[in-house]
Amino acid sequence: MMAIPTIVRERTPQLVVLAVILALNAIISPGFFSIEIQNGRLYGSLIDVLNRGAPVTLLAIGMTLVIATKGIDLSVGAVMAIVGAVAASLITSGYSLPATLAGALFVGLACGIWNGALVALLDIQPIIATLILMVAGRGIAQLITEGVILTFNDKPELIFVGSGSFLNLPMPVIIWIVLAILAILVVRRSALGLLIEAIGVNRRASTLSGVNSRVILLAVYAVSGLCAAVAGVIAAADIKGADANNAGLWLEMDAILAVVIGGTSLLGGRFSLIGSLMGAMIIQSLNTGILLAGFPPEFNLIIKAAIILIILIVQSPASQTAMANFRANRQTMAIKTESREHAAR
Amino acid sequence: MKNSKYLPLMATFVVFVLAYIICISVFPNMLSTRVAGNLLTDNAFLGITAVGMTFVILSGGIDLSVGSVIAFTGVFLSVVLRDTSIHPLVAFAMVLVLTTAFGAAMGGVIFFLDMPPFIVTLAGMFLARGISYLLTTDSVPITHPFYSTLQDIFIRMPGNGRLTLIAIIMLVVFAVGIVLAQRTRFGTYVYALGGNLTSAQLMGVPVAKTTIGIYALSGFLAGLSGIVFSLYTSAGYSLAAVGVELDAIAAVVIGGTLLTGGYGFVAGTFLGICIQGLIQTYIVFDGTLSSWWTKIVIGLLLFGFIALQRGLMWMSERSARNKRHASAAQPSSA
Repeated sequence: MMAIPTIVRERTPQLVVLAVILALNAIISPGFFSIEIQNGRLYGSLIDVLNRGAPVTLLAIGMTLVIATKGIDLSVGAVMAIVGAVAASLITSGYSLPATLAGALFVGLACGIWNGALVALLDIQPIIATLILMVAGRGIAQLITEGVILTFNDKPELIFVGSGSFLNLPMPVIIWIVLAILAILVVRRSALGLLIEAIGVNRRASTLSGVNSRVILLAVYAVSGLCAAVAGVIAAADIKGADANNAGLWLEMDAILAVVIGGTSLLGGRFSLIGSLMGAMIIQSLNTGILLAGFPPEFNLIIKAAIILIILIVQSPASQTAMANFRANRQTMAIKTESREHAAR
Repeated sequence: MKNSKYLPLMATFVVFVLAYIICISVFPNMLSTRVAGNLLTDNAFLGITAVGMTFVILSGGIDLSVGSVIAFTGVFLSVVLRDTSIHPLVAFAMVLVLTTAFGAAMGGVIFFLDMPPFIVTLAGMFLARGISYLLTTDSVPITHPFYSTLQDIFIRMPGNGRLTLIAIIMLVVFAVGIVLAQRTRFGTYVYALGGNLTSAQLMGVPVAKTTIGIYALSGFLAGLSGIVFSLYTSAGYSLAAVGVELDAIAAVVIGGTLLTGGYGFVAGTFLGICIQGLIQTYIVFDGTLSSWWTKIVIGLLLFGFIALQRGLMWMSERSARNKRHASAAQPSSA
């Protein structure tokens, strides 16, 4: 047991599920694990899973932190649409790539701060606060694109963000891995993660014990907005255009699902970024597997519903107490046999 | 205290009247029973499901599955009517039983597993949408003659407006909903659950039965809304009614119901539906505005009403604190 790092031990269920799904994928399509280099870029189904999963993974990073504070961010899909629209309209009106990216990220940050302000300053329930932007966001995106799908086929520099490659890896993969490492370092190498969890357990108590919960809540939603912005730029660059109606549609649900699969409790108070990343990868390998198997993609929804149901049963307080009782019984049994052995000796 | 209870509802009413006055001053033609009749017909399915959503939100929960259940109902009806010779009325009964059981099951999971309604109904949303995809991914037309009979039923209002059958169904559902919320034991239980779960339990409210009942009601009304939607569109399509749950929640909030549960009125939801309908009608009359303005205006209204509710709660908290201070300062006067 000592040789296994804690992170692996804590995330065993997720790793097992991921391994099983990948193995199934490999059975369905024998070439699943083969990776080859073409035109200076890695190709293969596995790379494809990493690449296609980029938006959900990015959203899941921000969503994990939000959920850890006992919140939720429903607006991320709509923010993706807004940011995609901003990026497309900036680049087509002649701005340079850095200016476009800065503008897009700034808009995402502003959306996040808006949500954070509603939650932290006005004390509005997170579901409701972020619902406002979820409802209005796509309308705002349409306002920016003026109701059309803004394409930028002639802007290779922005397209590069979505489909280019660096060090043989696709750009989206590099972006999400770098951001994930950055996020993990920031929250786990400082007290920030602990403070976030404290707010999730009991906001009032942590405020009374000196945690500046308002600033942290604001920051958490801002980070979620920023992550959604990066995801939005990637999604837009991937299809070489901004589709205000469909960009990021229902991705907030996938991101929440990824976080929950990863073992973060929706009731707040504890979180695992690594778990959420695994959750996102599980969802994406499922999607890919269903496509490879030739099933209609509609099966996705039913499988997702089944997964949520299983997680609900496992996470529910009722079954948690049952498990605790079971373990306690086993322990007392073990102690009894031990003492019996002692007596025999 | 009595006044602050009705203030959000009154604010909604004022907004509705103002919006109507603005609409009429720009387009005098909007003051006709014909427009009113169309508004009710176009929003009938949304109104019916919003009544169910009102009960769910009053109890402090949320139901994200209603849009998918509406789509499922339409697909189920269209497939059953296409492939079998079952009479539509029997099919209606079958689908209502299914959706009611579906809602009850979600209520059961929420209560017995003690999980947040948000994630349970999210699973319900995926499941219902997935099942309708499995039934068919095509848009299936409904050509049963009974459907056209139902679609032709209407009451002629003064001024040539038509009050169609589905609009009448919606009005009846709202009337029943108001009675159910204000004049029955079940309604009292719902308010009690939303006010404070623990106190409700201690007072002897049957929490399990009420929770399951609330989500079963929401499932039933989503099924009824699906029937109305299939009458409205004469087709079943698994991609229909995407995002209706958001419109319903928005209508409930604009109608002055507190999202934390415990405060609100079914009648307010009706005004919320009418306000949404007015915005849509205005955009249709204008002709140059795009339909996405609807979403933006609804978002703004949502923000306005939530901010208003916060403001009211702050004021009532402050006045309560002031009273406490006042009574603490003069203990002998009492």
